[in-house]
Order: sequence, then structure tokens, then C-alpha cells
Amino acid sequence: MIGVGKAKQYANVLDKPLSRGRQEVSLSAFAFLFSELVQYNQTQVDNIAELERRLEDAGYAVGARVLELLCHREKGNRRETRLLNILSFIHSTVWKVLFGKVADSLEKGTEHEDEYMISEKELLVNRFISVPKDMGAFNCGAFVAGIGVLENAGFPAVVTAHFVPIEGQQRPRTTILIKFAEEREARFG
Amino acid sequence: MAPVTGPKSGDALFASVDRVNAELFTLTYGAMVRQLMTDLEEVEEVNKQLDQMGYNIGTRLVDEFLAKSNVSRCVDFKETADVIAKLGFKMFLGVTATVTNWDAEGTSCSFVLEDNPLVDFVELPDTCQGLQYCNVLSGVIRGALEMVSMKTEVTWVRDMLRGDDAYEMRVKLIKQVPEEYPYKDDD
Repeated sequence: MIGVGKAKQYANVLDKPLSRGRQEVSLSAFAFLFSELVQYNQTQVDNIAELERRLEDAGYAVGARVLELLCHREKGNRRETRLLNILSFIHSTVWKVLFGKVADSLEKGTEHEDEYMISEKELLVNRFISVPKDMGAFNCGAFVAGIGVLENAGFPAVVTAHFVPIEGQQRPRTTILIKFAEEREARFG
Repeated sequence: MAPVTGPKSGDALFASVDRVNAELFTLTYGAMVRQLMTDLEEVEEVNKQLDQMGYNIGTRLVDEFLAKSNVSRCVDFKETADVIAKLGFKMFLGVTATVTNWDAEGTSCSFVLEDNPLVDFVELPDTCQGLQYCNVLSGVIRGALEMVSMKTEVTWVRDMLRGDDAYEMRVKLIKQVPEEYPYKDDD
């Protein structure tokens, strides 16, 4: 419950106590805002790749802050240095805080050692969005893929969002493909 | 279909809608403002764009609000303001606003917010002093009211990001647009 008592004044944002993060807003408020974000970015670009890149940028800015916030709040200022740990941190902690649930699945790519996938049947940002045919493979999941947790945690990676159709279901699920940069391969295994 | 009852209380309304973490909302909004700052460069332009986005949201948001809140037509602007403060803010942002500073004619008032989910983690740098960070909110109110035939003007009076002690939005009713029916009245 928020809105109790008078909000205190702080000279500096850093002096403010960190909230416990239980506050909520309505899903529609977020959906409306996100839709404006997408529409605005659509006016700034002339192709799909560019649009996805801009959404990724927006997501990246969110991710950098989420990592800092969660490391501080949930992990006593410790950051994961192992690949599997950071992946499961994303799959469970980050996902749970941002989207209210653990991601549906986390898998290792079968063809490449350096690929991992996080799948979600109904990704929050895609819930109200249907991509027109002429926009091809565009995926608003780019925003989520952009959430720059890995990069800021010291694991440079290329992260992309894809639709994967499932049989018998009208809507495809969204898979976030994570491909780590080569220099990190030494850490695998 | 549930039987039609009176308007729900703000808390019941907020409890009945799907919700997301406020931090995701806040940070997404922050990312958006930052993109606008990079693209448009001028704070004035950013203020304008935020207001326009809010307006777009408001015109769509009002439908959902009316559908879910069971609010019937408000008799006057006073009631409208109360509904926005107690139900509107609660339903979408989980906070309530206070309505104060009515003028004698009852056509302008202030919404005061002590909690504002948009501004967590935000500090305005010196280069953005003219930025109305929460301009999207005033746009939303303007847009939503326009859809219920009220032309308003919304301005920010106090802003905690600039060192004031609360957020205060001044809403002024410019005119009540008579409803135009798409059909002729005489049949």
C-alpha cells in the first residue's frame, strides 16, 4: 500500500531509502505507455530493424538499472560471475520482479555451445500487440531482449527476440535467444 | 455480465484490474523520456511530445475507465474532479490524489499528488531544468476529459523534482462541449 503519510523531501535521490519494490500499477497503464513508446519510435525510423534496435535501446536502459537495483536489494550487493548463475538469476529473479512470474523455460541451445534461450508463452509486452503482416518478423519482445542485464553484469551477448509458433495454439510463444560473445567462451563448462 | 451497481471504491477497482510491477513502469517511462531527450534535444519539444503522448493515452484510457468503474455521468466538474482523484488515479497508478484550491466558479482546481509512481529513481540533471518530467500525466487528464466533452487546460504548479513539497496539477475547465448526437433528435 502506497500513499500513506507525507512523502519526505530528499535533497539527493541517493539519500532516499530504496523501496522494497512491492508497488504496483495497473497493467493497462503500462500497456498504454508501452504502446506510445512503440508508436513514437515508429515515427522515427524507416525500417523494422531500426525500430527493433530503438526498442532494444530503451530496454537496455531499463536493464542496466534493474540489475543494479536487484543486486542491491535481493542479493546483498553481490553480483553473479558465473554464466549459469547469471542466467538463472535472469530467468527467475529478474523475470519475477519485472513480470510477476518466473520465465517459462531456460534452455541451452543444442547446436551451439554459446547459445541459450529463454521462452515465454505470453510475453507481457506482446500481450496486446498483433504485428501487421507487412511488418514481417517484427517483435516487441525486442524491448525485453534489450534489457541489458547480461552486458552490464560483464557477459557481453547478442540477445534477440523471436516468435516461435506452437502447434495447436493461435499465438506463438516468444523466445529470447542469447548468444554470448566469443571472448567469454573460456568461462563455459 | 454482472448487475449494474454503483461505482466501485478506488481500492476495489485497483484490486480488480491486472497489475504490473511499478518499477518496470517507472523505468520504462524513464527510458522513453531519455529517448525523447536524445532525439528532440530541446526540453520544450520534449514537454510537448510527452503531453501529446499523454493525450493519446488519455483518449483511449477513458474507455477502459468507464467500462470498469461503473461510474455514471458526473453532474458537474466538481464531481468529475473527485472521480478522477479517487478512482482514476487509483485504478491506473495505485495512488490517490487530493483535490484542492477550487476557484469561486468551480471551474478550476488542483490535483495534489504526494506519491507519484513515475518519478522513482529520478533526479533531474542541471541540463534538464525546464523539463516537465510528468507531463504525460497532464496530457492523460486532458485527453480523457476531452472524450467526455470537457475541454480543459492542465498545467503543473508544483513538482517535487524541482524541489517543491508535492506534485500539483492545475486543471482548468475551459468549456463544456455540448454533446452532438450522430442522429437527428426529432424521430
